Amino acid sequence: MSLLEIKNLHVSVDKHEILKGINLRVNAGEVHSIMGPNGSGKSTLAQALARRETYTVTKGEVSYNGKDLLAMKPEEAACDGIFMAFQYPVEIPGISNAYFLRSALNSTRKHRGLDEIDAMDFLPMFREKLKLLDMDEKLMNRSVNEGFSGGEKKRNEILQMAVLEPKLAILDETDSGLDIDALRIVAQGVDAMRNPERAILVVTHYQRLLNYIVPDFVHVLVDGRIVRSGGPELALELEEKGYGAMEAEAGHANPA
Amino acid sequence: MSTNLDTIRDLAEREYKWGFVTSVEEERVPKGLNEEIIRVISAKKNEPEFMLQWRLRAYRHWASLEKAEAEPKWANVKYGPIDYQEIVYYSAPKQKPGLTSLEEMDPEILRTYEKLGIPIEEQKHLAGVAVDAVFDSVSVATTFKEKLAELGIVFCSFSEAVQKHPNLVQKYLGSVVPYSDNFFATLNAAVFTDGSFVYVPKGVRCPMELSTYFRINAANTGQFERTLIVADEGSYVSYLEGCTAPIRDENQLHAAVVELIALDNAQIKYSTVQNWYPGDKEGKGGIYNFVTKRGKCLGVNSKISWTQVETGSAITWKYPSCILQGENSVGEFYSVALTNNYQQADTGTKMIHIGKNTRSTIVAKGISAGHGQNTYRGQVKIMKSATGARNYTQCDSLLIGDKCGAHTFPYIEVRNSTARMEHEASTSKIGEDQLFYLRQRGLTAEDAVSMIVNGFCKRVFRELPMEFAVEAQKLLSVSLEGSVG
Repeated sequence: MSLLEIKNLHVSVDKHEILKGINLRVNAGEVHSIMGPNGSGKSTLAQALARRETYTVTKGEVSYNGKDLLAMKPEEAACDGIFMAFQYPVEIPGISNAYFLRSALNSTRKHRGLDEIDAMDFLPMFREKLKLLDMDEKLMNRSVNEGFSGGEKKRNEILQMAVLEPKLAILDETDSGLDIDALRIVAQGVDAMRNPERAILVVTHYQRLLNYIVPDFVHVLVDGRIVRSGGPELALELEEKGYGAMEAEAGHANPA
Repeated sequence: MSTNLDTIRDLAEREYKWGFVTSVEEERVPKGLNEEIIRVISAKKNEPEFMLQWRLRAYRHWASLEKAEAEPKWANVKYGPIDYQEIVYYSAPKQKPGLTSLEEMDPEILRTYEKLGIPIEEQKHLAGVAVDAVFDSVSVATTFKEKLAELGIVFCSFSEAVQKHPNLVQKYLGSVVPYSDNFFATLNAAVFTDGSFVYVPKGVRCPMELSTYFRINAANTGQFERTLIVADEGSYVSYLEGCTAPIRDENQLHAAVVELIALDNAQIKYSTVQNWYPGDKEGKGGIYNFVTKRGKCLGVNSKISWTQVETGSAITWKYPSCILQGENSVGEFYSVALTNNYQQADTGTKMIHIGKNTRSTIVAKGISAGHGQNTYRGQVKIMKSATGARNYTQCDSLLIGDKCGAHTFPYIEVRNSTARMEHEASTSKIGEDQLFYLRQRGLTAEDAVSMIVNGFCKRVFRELPMEFAVEAQKLLSVSLEGSVG
């Protein structure tokens, strides 16, 4: 059984149909990359899987870990091991990073019938993960994402992923807005979290992130449909030829 | 967004859990207000002549105000006319005269306070909180009295202070809020039945938090308590005030007065967690909380801090203020006011700078949910004499949902060109993106709102004594239930 199985998924935002029938299977241990031009629906797919309520599923089925994902609320999906690294992480003034993350961890632990972790046990583990991402310990006591640089915000997302240890991680354009050094640190952090129990879905516009996180499969999304799937070489082909060729090939070229 | 708003709404539907009624025998005076009632109240309390005369002056002034229909109408709140002749101005649990120990107290009242979690039985010595509990109109018990007396600190009911420390009462009563101050303060001066009195002698640092717990129990009564705190030279005291009331369909009036006086180098910290019954989801019932609180920094280098967390009452009308008279004196106001369902609040502060180099800080956080209307009204006045005065004001509003309102009315009056004023204000809304972010990390919509709100209020919570801060956070979460929609 696949960890994630998407069948004929249609998703609308503000009554506009964005995804027009997505089919995808992801097994535990695999890394899939979803690539595509701007406006193709990449982020919509990520948000829909994270169960954002402003993204309306109009048709199709998604099973996750044998359960009906579309029946879950965002927090239920999260507690069941789905994590999304946001393209635009939001700020929560007045709540420290450490407190926020421990609350999140304890919500998921409670859901799994585990005891809550207190601050004393949490801190050493948290410090360990900070090192992994080369992050300053001072960030622990800062408010969530408040006054963080773009790179710090993205690193913070991956830090959260490292603490929450999801079964399915969805990275929504995590590479956008990162300089080369930050990109390397973030990507290596993600790559270090690859394991046979975990699947990772990397949503990206560019191939460069995939130099560090080499995917098992690459899917090209054009106008709400997957038009091609292949191995890592497909990403290189895209980099070389651009999306235009593929759009034309798929007959979904954007008239604009 | 609409589905998120539904969740917010669902969360706010939890009921007021302090709404029980205690059945105790009450002693009341007939409803209505006239000179005779004032005399009866004063006689029941066996007051000296100066008190009776003060009350009568207040009553006559109030009667003229009422006749002139001078009840204040400028606040940004709406309510029907109050019939002052329908209110019972004195209601007291019947009890044996001259209680000497808690064992003699009506066990029903003791149980009420237990339900409220007040350490009235001194079982919580370790909590380090001395409590004066005011049940309807009279003060029922004051704990830790003897221990405080060893340091010369007077902490007792107002009635007792009138009997035992008449000189102090006469000297300071009305010295900050005169009986003619405003309609509701005048009414209070005429009919107030009890409250707390604190005197901290020179150079004494009060070793524990002093606390009063107010409870309105009887139907159709108003609660008119009066608190007077005097911190003598070089002393320090931290005072906590909490309030609840049973659920009743009709509105009840609460018109209290608090006066604080800080002499040279003295410091008073006054914290309130106000959770009067707010009315039901449709806005029926609830307390009208029309309160006058004012502190006077009379001495040099004195300091008065108000911290309030207001989550209750159908209508809140209060402006804890500081008169900064002594040179280098400091006034602070930290406030969280939350309105949910049909609650209305018009609250803020006044900082009146008179002395040289006086400083004031205002941090006001307003949260509106449901159909709640939240108004911040603040005045900063720098008098001609206040050379080198400074004020910092920060005033933030947070909206939850799309049917509530936030309003801000800052008044700034500067008559000395050396003054330095800073004013920051913001209005924000708990966004779908914030909620989704927290939910994606595993928090329920309710916990997510609670976390955002607590973060928003952090600057104020930091000013509360530790155990009060925890209570305030919980209270805020409970008060917001059903507001996620």
